[in-house]
Amino acid sequence: MSRVFIGMGTCGLATGAGQVKAAVEKWAAGHNTSVDITPVGCIGYCQVEPIMDVLTDSGHRVSFSNVTSDVTSFILDEVILRRNLKIDGVLGQFRNGKAPLAGVPFIDEHPYFRTQVKYVLRNCGIINPESLADYRAQGGFTGLERALSLGPAAVVDEVLASGLRGRGGGGFPTGKKWQLAAAGPGPAKYVICNADEGDPGAFMDRSILEGDPFSVIEGMITAGYAIDASDGIIYCRAEYPLAIQRLQMAIATLKDEKLLDAPLSASGFSFSVRVKKGAGAFVCGEETALMASVEGRRGMPRPRPPYPAVAGLFQKPTIINNVETFANVPHILREGPARLASMGTEKSKGTKVFALTGKVQNTGLVEVAMGTTLREIVFGIGGGIPDGKAFKAVQIGGPAGGCIPESALDTKVDYDSLRAAGAMMGSGGLVVMDEDTCMVDVARFFLGFITSESCGKCIPCREGTQRLAEVLDAIVSPYSKMASEEDNLLRFNRILSMESLAKVIKDTSLCGLGQGAPNPVLSTLRYFRKEYEAHIYDRRCPAKQCKGLLTYTIANDACTGCTLCARTCPVGAIVGERKMAHYIVDEKCIRCGMCAEVCRFSAVKVS
Amino acid sequence: MATTAKAGNVDGVIREHPPFREHLISILQDVQEVEGYLSRENINRISEYLHLPSSKIFGVATFYNQFRLTKPGKIQIQVCRGTACHVKGSLNLLDSLKLLLGVEVGQTTKDGMFTLETVACLGGCSIAPVITANGRFFGRLDKKRLEELVVKFREAGEVVA
Repeated sequence: MSRVFIGMGTCGLATGAGQVKAAVEKWAAGHNTSVDITPVGCIGYCQVEPIMDVLTDSGHRVSFSNVTSDVTSFILDEVILRRNLKIDGVLGQFRNGKAPLAGVPFIDEHPYFRTQVKYVLRNCGIINPESLADYRAQGGFTGLERALSLGPAAVVDEVLASGLRGRGGGGFPTGKKWQLAAAGPGPAKYVICNADEGDPGAFMDRSILEGDPFSVIEGMITAGYAIDASDGIIYCRAEYPLAIQRLQMAIATLKDEKLLDAPLSASGFSFSVRVKKGAGAFVCGEETALMASVEGRRGMPRPRPPYPAVAGLFQKPTIINNVETFANVPHILREGPARLASMGTEKSKGTKVFALTGKVQNTGLVEVAMGTTLREIVFGIGGGIPDGKAFKAVQIGGPAGGCIPESALDTKVDYDSLRAAGAMMGSGGLVVMDEDTCMVDVARFFLGFITSESCGKCIPCREGTQRLAEVLDAIVSPYSKMASEEDNLLRFNRILSMESLAKVIKDTSLCGLGQGAPNPVLSTLRYFRKEYEAHIYDRRCPAKQCKGLLTYTIANDACTGCTLCARTCPVGAIVGERKMAHYIVDEKCIRCGMCAEVCRFSAVKVS
Repeated sequence: MATTAKAGNVDGVIREHPPFREHLISILQDVQEVEGYLSRENINRISEYLHLPSSKIFGVATFYNQFRLTKPGKIQIQVCRGTACHVKGSLNLLDSLKLLLGVEVGQTTKDGMFTLETVACLGGCSIAPVITANGRFFGRLDKKRLEELVVKFREAGEVVA
């Protein structure tokens, strides 16, 4: 029987993996054969989804990219019936210890994967995320077995020795957190997995939960054993329905297999896990707000100390770790802490998963050793900027992070170097921007996000970010929108106080959301001051993104009077007779850009 | 008759959870799943069940973006406004959807067919820009494909690929 593997994460499904599966089934029925279809998670190369792997009759697993439903049967015909692998779309073969197939490259030598180090993501896209047997075949739950034989204190020591730091952004040493919680008073303690990945532009946790849910749960059980907790909660965003479904399936399987809700050690340690769905509030990624939300209240943070490790959920000692942190734990315990400690830099050990998105050739998930440069990630793995455009910046760390320009691209990715460059690790979203992206617009975008997500508890964040957003709004307003000369003076006055306002917000906000809120403004101001100046002094947007500062005109000599733009304009702002040059009425124009898009003679000019 | 059956359904959904405050958000989510939104009556019903003032429940329901207090249309379109989608032009998609449907964000078309919403990030960043229609993902969109989708949905009266 032939076997295929189809990448069926959210990204795969959105690009047509479901249709590919149907096409494989149809092919099998048409050839009177049966094909075993194994759904797998996302291997990380989302740019070329859907991805399908075919197991050849020689036992080699070969991966194909851009498999649409119409080429599926062609691939199956060639590979299974004709044993021909010299076809388009071959990504490569997996190493399996046997003699390699001639003429087919190895997938780990593909430019996208070559410099990646798959430590946490090793199973994603490889195994069936719903099969415990598959997970066990990769060494799953042997880490937990070893942990149970070592005893709780030794487990904490192993995690400490590995040098693992929290992957959710803060970078607090995981072992220390566990140590504190282990020392806290019992009996009731909690282990919370923070899967409220709210950073826009980040999806590492979603991919891990969809592709390898058992590893996260194994990490949580290990943590529970280390601190003597019996209750685990996974707080997952409601926006990730597939991840929630896979988790619930994994929990049900583990209950049947007596790995959850059943005694695991002679001392009677048992652990239970349940999933709590988030309800769409970014601030709930902050640990104290998350706990408030689990308790059924408005997700507002509270001052620390006391830290959750001392008094957390329902005032009991609680450890809260991110999905990726927990996913590291089984590997540390199985392979020993030395392997993780051998990777990375002096203070940041191991690997980090990044979501590489935006204006870059190869989008997807990448896992690299700490200390890799941003240049290597964006230009090496990511393949640079598409359409021959110039690189402008890479945004790292989400709304609390910063934008890093070309000149600082040799910054290494570790907690401390990034902070020094004015950004932060964050959870690991990397959004690449090219020359068509306006940095003032990006800063406005993040502030808009923060103002709508601010919980409203502390004044610097609630009011300060609003004021900061007003300053930026004034920067991108045209002269004609200013009611009086006084408005113009006020505009400058506010710009002058922008930096000090940002500093106050940073210093006095209650939680990380507010403290990080001015970062996008400060970092773009630090590296792209010229762009701000063009907006402020010349009222000009060099990247042509800030709608308020754009004017659309039609060049008389290029316009043939085809009337296409006039018919397309949604507000009727374009006037002109057939075969005569047209004219845009500026007062009516809403700057949607539709006319420039439809014009076949490039007669619409933007300035 | 129909309303009592539905009310019974909502009651059943509420009673699946133990009557403690920590289950409030799960209860609200389940009720919204059945009804599509949180009606005043249902908030009162939950209030009685949990022995919690309805003002507190209202406070929680308005804090979280997920909860709706008005009846949504048959097809709910969510436009992702995450960073990657923004950089790839999701604001333009949103603007053209507004024009196409003739509604603002948070509103429902007069025929009750479409509700337009935005969402902070759907996690589909690698295939940006992304929208979901009744939970189904559509990635790598441009204005033209979006228009085609809306026309298709409108003709079919449901979400189709």
